[in-house]
Amino acid sequence: MSQTITIDPVTRLEGHGKITIQLNDKGEVEDAHFHVTQVRGFERFSEGRPFYEMPSLMARICGICPVSHLIASAKACEAIMSVRIPHTAAQLRRMLNLAQMVQSHALSFFYLASPDLLLGMEADPKVRNILGVAATKPELGRAGIALRRFGQSIIELLADKRVHPGWVVPGGVTEPLAAAKRDKILAMIPEAYANIDLALGAYKKIADTFKAEIGVFANFPSNYLSLINEDESIEFTDGALRLIDARGKTIEDGITASRYAEVIGEAVEPYSYTKFAYYKPLGYPEGSYRVGPLARLNIVKSMGTPKAEQELAGFKQLAAGPVESSFHYHHARLVEMLYGVEKIEEILADPRILDKHVRATAGVNRLEGTGQAEAPRGVLHHHYKVDENGKITWANLVIATGQNNKAMNLGVLQAAKHYVKKGKFTEGILNRVEAVVRTFDPCLSCSSHAAGQMPLEISLLSADGEVVDRLVR
Amino acid sequence: MSKLKLATVWLDGCSGCHMSFLDMDERLLELAEVVDVVYSPIVDTKEFPDEVDIALVEGAVASVDDEKKIKKIRDRSKMLIAMGDCAITGNVPSMRNPIGPEAILDRAYIQNASAQAQIPCVVVPKLLRVVRPIHEFVKVDVFLPGCPPSAGTFHTALTALVNGGPLDIPALTRFGA
Ligand code: SF4
Repeated sequence: MSQTITIDPVTRLEGHGKITIQLNDKGEVEDAHFHVTQVRGFERFSEGRPFYEMPSLMARICGICPVSHLIASAKACEAIMSVRIPHTAAQLRRMLNLAQMVQSHALSFFYLASPDLLLGMEADPKVRNILGVAATKPELGRAGIALRRFGQSIIELLADKRVHPGWVVPGGVTEPLAAAKRDKILAMIPEAYANIDLALGAYKKIADTFKAEIGVFANFPSNYLSLINEDESIEFTDGALRLIDARGKTIEDGITASRYAEVIGEAVEPYSYTKFAYYKPLGYPEGSYRVGPLARLNIVKSMGTPKAEQELAGFKQLAAGPVESSFHYHHARLVEMLYGVEKIEEILADPRILDKHVRATAGVNRLEGTGQAEAPRGVLHHHYKVDENGKITWANLVIATGQNNKAMNLGVLQAAKHYVKKGKFTEGILNRVEAVVRTFDPCLSCSSHAAGQMPLEISLLSADGEVVDRLVR
Repeated sequence: MSKLKLATVWLDGCSGCHMSFLDMDERLLELAEVVDVVYSPIVDTKEFPDEVDIALVEGAVASVDDEKKIKKIRDRSKMLIAMGDCAITGNVPSMRNPIGPEAILDRAYIQNASAQAQIPCVVVPKLLRVVRPIHEFVKVDVFLPGCPPSAGTFHTALTALVNGGPLDIPALTRFGA
């Protein structure tokens, strides 16, 4: 008889998700899906609200990357106002976005993934978590906590609150940076470098022991999309998008926020509340692509900061063309954290960083606006329409997890096919299937902006969809 | 003395309350000396355990799954804490209430889709007509407001609860904090 394995909830993940694996009557894996189970309706319930409220409302999509939503939303509002924000405001927002990238990558790498990497995929599930890491590898556990604290403290210093700060508003930011705060941030930087060094060293030592996982964790050719600067260096807040193909060739370049809707579409699958983004000219699913740290490092030619530049060279040596296995998202994340710290230091040295002019003002000068920014897990896009009074009449959001959705589903299938044989599986095997999803660091909270919430579970279902078995830890 | 069993649960929220909980940073390690985190998005337990001492719940009740979960949590927990404004008032998730789930789903999956437009219905849970706060379903023992409550609030409140000391919530936090 055919069966379905259900993993519910998928744990150490930012949100509500389930995995189902369908087995045929020989016990071989036929299909597998990753389900996002939450929906919330931001696109619809923002209608009728004043556009300038959008950044702080949209930040509530996600408590992990509220800053990227604040920025993408503020940029969409600035398109409606037709203003360019002051240089200093742009630099301060860039620093805020980088601080968030560092804290979110620290969360993904240390709190969520490192239990698998440092304690082992087969470790006792009771201790396979950040507290278990802190107990057995205290130095690394503390480094992870300190790196997340580093990012969150900068957000608090700049914007007054660690989660859901105000500060970023249409037109810029509400308050300039005080010299005392700049000095506090500068004083935190040496410790951050030391902790990233420690993490990079530890990761490189163990990466080779995961050859099997590297081989089947969403290891296949795909397209990639990310922001990039004109000089081909990495960018999180400005720049324009580049899409490359599986061999690294540019498919389309210079995609600005206002052109996004022309080239990116969204498909719906019946098994998930998160949609599936794709490049329209190639159609769905051929036009699917990956975003986030792996995509960014595959696309850019340089980091633009000295230490990260060296690390990028090492990363690019993992493959002749684009690095394909999603396992390497972990490595890419560490390189980006290093870049984040270097770039924050560089921005603080900008002679105009304490400038008092940090906000442009204007009313409604256009009835439509778009904004894009890189969230830690990939680019996100906000698109609003307003009436003459500035009331929102329509909104659409495309977020990172939707853009990685196809690859996550194919990756879960690839790993399940490799590990589940003759209907047999262990807890450690199912943990590996979950670990595929963890490499992407999907934000299920973000991806459920459309309507709801995403639980993660593994159950074994029969061909007619009946639950035959369930894995409960 | 055996450690207290602590659970943290995420219903229909943005995870911001959980992030603020993690913002206790190094103080989490001290907390781990007196409590066991037996169920949480950050640990690998799949089934909500029996006899939890303290359950912190983020988010409102928005789907049939949430409703089942909150009842199970109540049955199995000695103390249930509504963590953050979504759990306490419905907050942002409840902004969909005047519109209703059909219009929300229609906008997201029919109008704003460019391929295979359809309403997802396989494995994903049905949405409740109205999003409501936790206390409308089960008894809540402690209300900890804020969007999110700060890490300091979590630390002070949990320390008081673990030690059985007095807890003055209005002195710590408020709605919208
Ligand atoms: S109360 Fe605020 S921080 Fe907490 S889940 Fe709700 S929106 Fe997020």
